[in-house]
Amino acid sequence: MAGYTPATASDQAEMLAAIGVSSIDELFEQIPADIRLNRELDLEDGMSESEVYRFLAGLADMNLDAERIPSFLGAGMYDHYVPAIVDAITSRSEFLTPYTPYQPEVSQGGLQVMFEFQTAMSEITGLPVSNAGLYEGPSAAASAAYLAMGQTGRTGLVASRGLHPHSRETLATHAVGFGATLTEVGLEGGLTSADELEAAVSEETAAVFLQNPNFLGAVEDIAALGEAVKARGAMLIVQVDPMTLGILRPPGECGADIAYGDGQPLGNRLDFGGPSFGFFCAREEYLRKMPGRIAGETTDVDGRRGFVLTLQTREQHIRREKATSNICTAQALNSLAGMVHLAWLGKQGFVELGELLARRTAYARGLVGSLDGYELLHDAPVVREFAVRSDRPVDELLPLGDQADGPAPRLPVYPLGRDYPEYEDCFLVAITENRSVDEIGWLAHMLEHAQAGWGEHIHDHDHEGNPVAGALR
Amino acid sequence: MSATTLTETPQQADRAKTIYEKSVPGRRAAQLPPLGEGINETPIDELIPAHLLREQPAELPEVSEPEIIRHYNRLSRRNFDLDTGFYPLGSCTMKYNPRLNERVAGLPGHAKLHPATDPSDAQGALQLMYLLQESLSEITGLPTVSLQPSAGSQGELAGLLLTRAYHDDQGRNPTKVLTPDTAHGTNPASVTMAGYEVVKVATNEQGGVDVEDLKSKIDDDVACLMLTNPNTLGVFDENIAEISSLVHDAGGLLYYDGANLNAIMGQARPGDMGFDIVHVNLHKSFSQPHGGGGPGAGPIAVSGRVEPFIPRPQVVRNEIGDEVFFDLDYDRPKSIGRLRGFQGNFGVFVRSLAYILSLGGDGLSEASRLAVLNANYLKQRLSEGRAGKYLPVAFDRHCMHEFVLSGAPMKKDLGIKTLDLAKRLLDFGFHPPTVYFPLLVDEALMVEPVETEAKSDLDAFAEAIESILEEAEGDATVAQNAPYTTPVRRLDEVGATRKPVIRQQIA
Ligand SMILES: Cc1ncc(COP(=O)(O)O)c(C=O)c1O
Repeated sequence: MAGYTPATASDQAEMLAAIGVSSIDELFEQIPADIRLNRELDLEDGMSESEVYRFLAGLADMNLDAERIPSFLGAGMYDHYVPAIVDAITSRSEFLTPYTPYQPEVSQGGLQVMFEFQTAMSEITGLPVSNAGLYEGPSAAASAAYLAMGQTGRTGLVASRGLHPHSRETLATHAVGFGATLTEVGLEGGLTSADELEAAVSEETAAVFLQNPNFLGAVEDIAALGEAVKARGAMLIVQVDPMTLGILRPPGECGADIAYGDGQPLGNRLDFGGPSFGFFCAREEYLRKMPGRIAGETTDVDGRRGFVLTLQTREQHIRREKATSNICTAQALNSLAGMVHLAWLGKQGFVELGELLARRTAYARGLVGSLDGYELLHDAPVVREFAVRSDRPVDELLPLGDQADGPAPRLPVYPLGRDYPEYEDCFLVAITENRSVDEIGWLAHMLEHAQAGWGEHIHDHDHEGNPVAGALR
Repeated sequence: MSATTLTETPQQADRAKTIYEKSVPGRRAAQLPPLGEGINETPIDELIPAHLLREQPAELPEVSEPEIIRHYNRLSRRNFDLDTGFYPLGSCTMKYNPRLNERVAGLPGHAKLHPATDPSDAQGALQLMYLLQESLSEITGLPTVSLQPSAGSQGELAGLLLTRAYHDDQGRNPTKVLTPDTAHGTNPASVTMAGYEVVKVATNEQGGVDVEDLKSKIDDDVACLMLTNPNTLGVFDENIAEISSLVHDAGGLLYYDGANLNAIMGQARPGDMGFDIVHVNLHKSFSQPHGGGGPGAGPIAVSGRVEPFIPRPQVVRNEIGDEVFFDLDYDRPKSIGRLRGFQGNFGVFVRSLAYILSLGGDGLSEASRLAVLNANYLKQRLSEGRAGKYLPVAFDRHCMHEFVLSGAPMKKDLGIKTLDLAKRLLDFGFHPPTVYFPLLVDEALMVEPVETEAKSDLDAFAEAIESILEEAEGDATVAQNAPYTTPVRRLDEVGATRKPVIRQQIA
């Protein structure tokens, strides 16, 4: 068992004597005997640090991570390069180990980070108010729906099928509790159908959810779609990928009432899906209805500048059943990572990275779209991800090699079939600054083989130092 | 920690400058890779129509890398943290965060694994999640665990939506959820979000649920009772078996808020007490660092009758011939669906499993025993001397892993409030306990000393309280105006709310 507890036998004896009991068991007598466990937990015995390390490193080794194969997986989480200073800063004890800044006098560091983060998120989304972060993207969608229903007194939610399937499913799950109904609007040529949207929005609609770029990678005309939403007095809520906002028109300039999203692309590793952070920005009029923590600037008794958690009367610890949200522990450390990454990119780098993504993606899209057996699912503009249709079923396509000698690794692209039966023969390809021209070439090469069938290819190539073996690091 | 760590010289008083205020046009840190051979520098408006593009770049700071490091390191020094000081924040289980856990969570096989990786290429990750599910199942005494919820409050909401799905499946539609008046704020907030009505249950003289009051409120319109046991007073409710059958007999479910699990690991299990749904805060009992307010994770464990409704996907272990294959099961027709994206806060799962493996069954059990020992010892120390006089223990009996003091006599006799005591503790180098919660106790101070603190730290804390009270007997204004040694002193929170300034104005 690990040495994380300082109390020695003699400490324990002294403490028991002070309390006036003869054993620790006596302290547990308040638990009625018939519900005591009265046996050891049926778990392995504790292991030494080196054993635990080796065991978990062994499990890690069984995973095909983005350092071992070029990953073109996206769907909301991307293999961006996380600058080294992010790790350096987030691993500092002073950021890693405190809790929510309930005592502002000794939490100025964390509070100021929140204030800076709010400023940065507000800037990139073009909306005046931001909170200090939520859990992640899809649950932020549910928070936005809760706000919209309270604000409008209406119960209808409308979501484009271009909205991330996880966000739609999360909305559907929460809608049961919120007493809301969720209606979906279809896609046409990769984009939200304006006609279907117009037909779906009514005087009962609290909010319409769009995503930009949408799940198929397409850049939507949010401002144009938003007109039908506004005309019915519904709120326009847009899920955005923060890394595209260096070049895309920010939601605040497209009429969005709320913009939210998953912060993973900003400074957060993939972590098999979490933790990352959610962000939530809105128009000024929703300030007092926002979910989550908000830091505000103020002064101390000596007139010095300082920061505090503010507008807390929205929150569960004060307002209880009338709170604007139930969130308590959020993902502050991940928001800090996002802020450090944004500071590192800076005003220019943020634009340059957006441009780099758009250009490399255009290149990769052109290349993949020209391969035999593939065509683009849509030709709407994209920034960093695109959708491809395959002649051969996607399931058969992905294993890298025929599986005669046991399971082959899968080509890391995102099959659309589970979320979109209508696109069963399609997949998504995502590009980041980590995906070099060579790796894009490797992808094209693999897709060609995959379409034609592997046959002897993979073996032939292996002898000659083929690109599969080369790329599987 | 010594108070001086957070003290700054007047020359350093510009520490509160934001990164934006340090921005200088033209400075930068990032160097991006070249576009790549063969890729054109096509003007962006040829790729994406101009009306969909941003016209002005977002205002982000323009700073060099050394400035970023210095800025955030300096900011970090304006934080009090668990690694340098005692942090007895009640209900939050501020236990040591083993560094091994950070190391294993950072391995590329975990940290750089994409969540949409095909299960056949993520067997290690899925096995890890499966092992954590199994461990939490054993610890809570309930057969099925979903790791998906992102924190305790999301676990609560999940649990309440499960409750709804369960009743719905039986063709019932009860509307009320009972919570004791000692419940954490997230409980009632979650109840409303799940579309239920909160009905409060009173607390009896021993600090447990007032069973008579409960009886008077139970009927077939009760969907569920949410309970923390030990509760937020640090008291174990010995009537739990009776409470449990009262609720079950009326057709309701029992929800266990697992924030206080650190008191009972290996001693008693919520499943054995009759609970149907439990959330576990991995950032409390299972050592995930608190991160200044997260990340955490709030897995839920459920009984057999609730199992069909758990969120999807669920990690399952399949045996195909003699091959074992871990998979994500989406085919759960009665599932409530998703609470969030992908599979949950996996990075937190890695750390918590590392912790469970390090301690083992016996170690977890020992951790709870020592947490309870520490709490009772500190309670004893604080029932002596001036603390005993001015800060009586609410519901004085053996406590579990935490206890609550009332500052009411201190306020009346010395003229200092719980808030003043808390602020003065900062000057002594301690993080104060949770204050003004639970609401039931006047001027409450909720103290949770955790098992990873040494006796000497507990003694030092008790002595600090004694000194502050002694000082206040002489001159109450010292505490009333505290703190003095922190980077800033008391802040104007009312002003901050009246005229909120929540972002930097950029000229
Ligand atoms: C008793 C209790 N219940 C619920 C919660 C909510 O948990 P979380 O902050 O993980 O959402 C907390 C802690 O914050 C708590 O102390």
